[in-house]
Amino acid sequence: MSKNAIIAGLAAFVIAALFPFWFNLGGTDAAPEPELSAKAKAAGKCVLDKYDMRANHMSLLDEWRDAVVRDADRKYDAANGKQFQMSLSTGEDSCLGCHEDKEKFCDKCHTYASVDPYCWECHTTPKEINQ
Amino acid sequence: MKKSRRSFLKAAGVSALGIGVAPAIQAVASSGSTPAALAAKTKHPEALTAHRWGMVIDTSKITDEVAENIVHACRKAHNVPDLNHEPDPEKYPKTRPVNHNQEVKWIWEEHFESAFPDKEDEFLAERFKELPFLVTCNHCKNAPCVQACPTQATFKREDGIVLMDFHRCIGCRFCMAACPFGSRSFNFRDPRPFIEEINPDFPTRSKGVVEKCNLCAERLAKGLQPACADVSEGAIVVGDLEDPNSEVRELLNEKYSIRRKQELGTEPSVYYIM
Ligand code: HEC
Ligand code: HEC
Ligand code: HEC
Repeated sequence: MSKNAIIAGLAAFVIAALFPFWFNLGGTDAAPEPELSAKAKAAGKCVLDKYDMRANHMSLLDEWRDAVVRDADRKYDAANGKQFQMSLSTGEDSCLGCHEDKEKFCDKCHTYASVDPYCWECHTTPKEINQ
Repeated sequence: MKKSRRSFLKAAGVSALGIGVAPAIQAVASSGSTPAALAAKTKHPEALTAHRWGMVIDTSKITDEVAENIVHACRKAHNVPDLNHEPDPEKYPKTRPVNHNQEVKWIWEEHFESAFPDKEDEFLAERFKELPFLVTCNHCKNAPCVQACPTQATFKREDGIVLMDFHRCIGCRFCMAACPFGSRSFNFRDPRPFIEEINPDFPTRSKGVVEKCNLCAERLAKGLQPACADVSEGAIVVGDLEDPNSEVRELLNEKYSIRRKQELGTEPSVYYIM
């Protein structure tokens, strides 16, 4: 009698405790696919190589803004031989000058990863300027 | 196992050497191998540089029209909001009504007695009472705002410009209390609805940060004169105060000039030729 109740209780407990695992089974979203703009495709290369960019673009941006604002350096000679104007949002060869569509590029990953950089409170995107 | 004193000291010596050498080996192994370390950050060759940037304003050349052009050019260049601008209801549908007493100022017109309260006089030439005086951040040599800032968001750049790193501003407004010239403004609300036409070449600011004149650091970096000097028809000259052959020093040599609230000892870098 009490044995059955204990086993039923244990089973209920195990199911409840494993809730996060079975709840997420099979339900994962597909990995995001950021779209390269026509301009980026034509340029061919980013500032660092693709996987380095994926992993480190936030610290690269951090370095850039300190260099620009604090040291007054604005020109970046990348290791891959290309030159950039160190800027997130202004000018032709800034991040957004090349990756023109923030929604289809940056936001694709950011929404997936639940990151919401506050940069856009101040930095403008080509889209909002033209609207 | 029995250890002699001698063998113990040997072993201790070798391990101490190992500990000492490890950081050096690590440093050698990690330097120069990452792509970021191969990259170089430099100034553009055409950038304008100085030991200490300063500004000379020839008050006799500032007419109402010139003053207006200057203020407008600065607003345009830096997306400075105008709280009297009526926000576009389609783009910003939920904008609350504006308190028209709020202002955001980088360079603006002031009456003589407000710009130079210590020099006010009952019998001052009528001319001065009518003239528009343009005032802005003085980029002081001993800037009190820099000392007041708890996060080093406001700092003095090597070339004398008192600059703000908007990314670090926490909006505490100590700098506004410290500035004797009222050159700083606080964004009590999101400034974007109050910018007539957003200029893509400069970021806006956000609610909760302080802002002020940056002596057009972004234009100097491209080899351009500051926007105010550009449209001033010769009334504003910007140059190196520490270079005896610069245009600003020549002007200061030739003519009598004053600075605002000089007695406070902040050493303003903006001179007014009377
Ligand atoms: C001149 C054009 C250009 C500029 C400027 C540029 N990128 Fe890129 N970016 C590219 C290209 C092209 C690729 C794809 C590289 C590849 O496939 O090898 C890319 C790839 C990336 C990726 C990886 C995308 C993925 O699929 O994983 C990220 C993240 C990225 N860029 C962010 C940035 C950021 C942040 C900046 C500014 C610091 C920037 N890019 C500036 C052209 C540019
Ligand atoms: C390949 C996917 C991907 C792309 C494309 C991408 N990001 Fe990111 N980004 C991320 C991820 C993931 C993080 C979070 C990293 C973390 O928190 O460690 C991030 C973080 C950031 C951060 C730091 C946010 C914070 O709050 O600390 C910034 C800034 C940023 N991204 C800017 C950009 C910009 C600008 C672009 C477009 C030019 C871009 N990213 C494109 C994946 C991406
Ligand atoms: C409070 C407003 C504000 C916010 C928020 C902000 N920035 Fe900035 N940022 C500025 C201003 C103003 C400049 C100065 C531009 C100049 O001098 O040309 C700047 C400059 C920069 C620069 C170098 C120059 C340029 O044109 O881009 C980088 C890189 C940068 N910011 C990155 C970021 C990143 C990444 C974020 C988000 C994590 C961010 N900023 C958030 C206002 C802001």
